[in-house]
Amino acid sequence: MGKVMKIYIKYFASIRDLIGKDSENLDVDINSSARELWQLLTHEIESPENVLVAVNHKYVDFEYVLKDGDEIAFFPPVTGG
Amino acid sequence: MKIEIINEKFDPWESLVEYKRNELQNNPKIGASSVFLGTMRDFNDDDDIDSMELEHYPGMTEKYLNDIVTKAIKKFNIIDGLVIHRVGLLFPTDPIVLVATWSEHRDNAFNATRGIMESLKTQAPFWKKESTDNGFRWVKPTTKESTENINET
Repeated sequence: MGKVMKIYIKYFASIRDLIGKDSENLDVDINSSARELWQLLTHEIESPENVLVAVNHKYVDFEYVLKDGDEIAFFPPVTGG
Repeated sequence: MKIEIINEKFDPWESLVEYKRNELQNNPKIGASSVFLGTMRDFNDDDDIDSMELEHYPGMTEKYLNDIVTKAIKKFNIIDGLVIHRVGLLFPTDPIVLVATWSEHRDNAFNATRGIMESLKTQAPFWKKESTDNGFRWVKPTTKESTENINET
């Protein structure tokens, strides 16, 4: 067993519908990337090209390496205005 | 500068008068005021729309709107900027977003208002869900890449 870290995950809009919940706490392996987390959560049920990712309220790419205590959010392209 | 996310119907003209009176205090350096108002249509993609749910990512949305307006003030050399954006349940004709900017000369205010809107459309985490005769659907983004975007130089 490798070391784990605590991550808080939020889902919005169509991604929340896809996952079936709006947020969750999860222990993930240390040095996991956003892409690895997405694959773990969804078994790749949707291509990440249609999914945006933010960590601690800032856009990042899927190669971002998660840190203990991060708040990560997955959501579709934005449609405000 | 003011950013507001509001959960109930608002009167954009009242908001403008109030902001101008209280925050700008009829600043005599202002030579141009530019205003954009987005309102809800009763149709989209050939379908009738009865109502719309607008959701956002609390915290991140405010952060990005603040960032967008702060950058616009510098980039377009404007005196001030205001953004008010609705969330919650909206009906046709309801105001969705108000963007207003003030500057010494018209080009700066025109360009800043446009730039703020284009950046908001592509960066600020808001999502629309429409109610049609066939049920609910998430709105797909329509904004094309724009040269007016604040982050492009």
